[in-house]
Amino acid sequence: MRPGAGAPAREAQRNRWLVGGPPVAYLLVFFAAPALIMVLASFRIPGEFGGLAPLFDPAGEVNLTLEAYTRFFTDPVYAEVFLKSVLYALVTTLACLALGYPLAALIARSGKRHRDLLLLLVILPFWSNFLIRIYAWMILLGPQAALARTVNAIAASFGAGPVPLLFSPFAVLVCLVYVHLPFMVLPLYANLEKHDPALLDAARDLGAGGWQRFWRVTFPLSLPGVYAGAALVFIPALGIFAIPDILGGPDDTLIGNLIKQQFLETRDWPFGSVLSIVLTVAALALAALAAWVGRRGVGRGVRA
Amino acid sequence: MRKRNYWLWVAAIGGYLFLYLPLVIVIVYSFNDSRLNAEWVGFTLDWYRRLFQDEAMLTAAGNSLFIGLVASLVSTVLGTMAGMAMHRRSTVLLSVLVLTPIAIPEILMGVSLLIFFVLLNFTLGLASVALAHIAFCIGFVAIVVRARLAGMDEALLEAARDCGASPAQAFRHVTLPLIMPGVVAGALMAFTLSIDDFVITFFTAGAGTVTLPLQIYSMIKIAVTPEVNAVSTLLMLLTLLLIVIASRLSPSMLRAQQE
Repeated sequence: MRPGAGAPAREAQRNRWLVGGPPVAYLLVFFAAPALIMVLASFRIPGEFGGLAPLFDPAGEVNLTLEAYTRFFTDPVYAEVFLKSVLYALVTTLACLALGYPLAALIARSGKRHRDLLLLLVILPFWSNFLIRIYAWMILLGPQAALARTVNAIAASFGAGPVPLLFSPFAVLVCLVYVHLPFMVLPLYANLEKHDPALLDAARDLGAGGWQRFWRVTFPLSLPGVYAGAALVFIPALGIFAIPDILGGPDDTLIGNLIKQQFLETRDWPFGSVLSIVLTVAALALAALAAWVGRRGVGRGVRA
Repeated sequence: MRKRNYWLWVAAIGGYLFLYLPLVIVIVYSFNDSRLNAEWVGFTLDWYRRLFQDEAMLTAAGNSLFIGLVASLVSTVLGTMAGMAMHRRSTVLLSVLVLTPIAIPEILMGVSLLIFFVLLNFTLGLASVALAHIAFCIGFVAIVVRARLAGMDEALLEAARDCGASPAQAFRHVTLPLIMPGVVAGALMAFTLSIDDFVITFFTAGAGTVTLPLQIYSMIKIAVTPEVNAVSTLLMLLTLLLIVIASRLSPSMLRAQQE
């Protein structure tokens, strides 16, 4: 190092720590440490009255066990709940894609003047309270509401009994789609906006029809946006607990509800921690997968 | 191309209807003179009157406001610092700590903070909720501030340094005024996120502390009443106002969410 260069470098280093240090310290204490404690808690023994048993038993032995993990991986009930959560999240993602694509395409094609407004209109519901959005579906799907009465009138004309809309998997799925739709539209829009319209013109000149242009040009090019949107919908949908809790029936227990139960009702912290860790691993693996597939997709698109 | 957009328009209008119809119904029924949220009977402001006489609701609103102010204040300061640090030279530790809380399902942060506070014998209440809210708001503020910094001309800082400004002076007189719209937008976002949060609050509030979303939750678990519509309408109005202001200040906010 050149003589004299050390002082400014040291100063820059110190400034970096002054700026980055406090948020890092805060998140180490209130995000990383709790996460670490949860991992440790998963190896502990549940306390007699909930929480955790003392780390050392009266004989002075360390109380650590893999019991909670064994329970998760041996009892098929839990695998079933986990698979059901994956299924619900998957259906949600596909429905969001089907609903969100036209929205994103429309915004991307509209003139500059309307674009920001149309985008804002997609985002605003996301910023309204989460519970209010669930509650809205309680009203819409309620037994006295117009929708349920119409459905039941149709069902009755076929000689079927009343179909409950509320407290059913249908209610849970509709609300899951409703809550997560903006997460699909945003990345899709960001991708579609960048498409070169000349490509579509070229496809038309070569005789491609509307659907062909969509499936062979627009859709393949939009895959990075699709993957990003899918990850943004799938991951939060996987861990949801409030929607099945409020709109679901007795069979709509998802992994989020199971976690809530372990911490607030059964008070079996080690098992609740195991469930949370499984959920975390699934979420992070999916995020990594989406990022990897997205990058490969972009690479292909550039080469093609 | 214009002619063929017919299907696109139909589908997109359907999409917007799907997004807004439920919220419109909540608002309309808040003025409905009927206990049932089923059909329109007549106009009334009774549910709003009842709202302002509901002690539990007012306490919850006060708690939400207090937590929202504290959480947005602290997370704006810490989030701005994080955004600046990420802009200058982002380390893996920094981006993982700042961005993971946004990326993972909320319930995970809720339960891990619950264990953390209970094991430390930290009484669950207003303070634990505020501490938790700060932790998840930092990332949102950092993203908005970083986006703002990315659009800033670095030459301005060099010019300030050449004129003999200390790093603190350069920050105070050059960087801060330039990123201020982003900082304010981040603060409004943080306040909205805090006042709206249900999941993390649910786990970190303990038995005695109630915020607006928790109050709404316990009400709708018992029965659907138009009083919930009334409080929902007011809350939506507040959020709408804050977010429209924030998006005016920082158009990049619309895009920031995609990260």
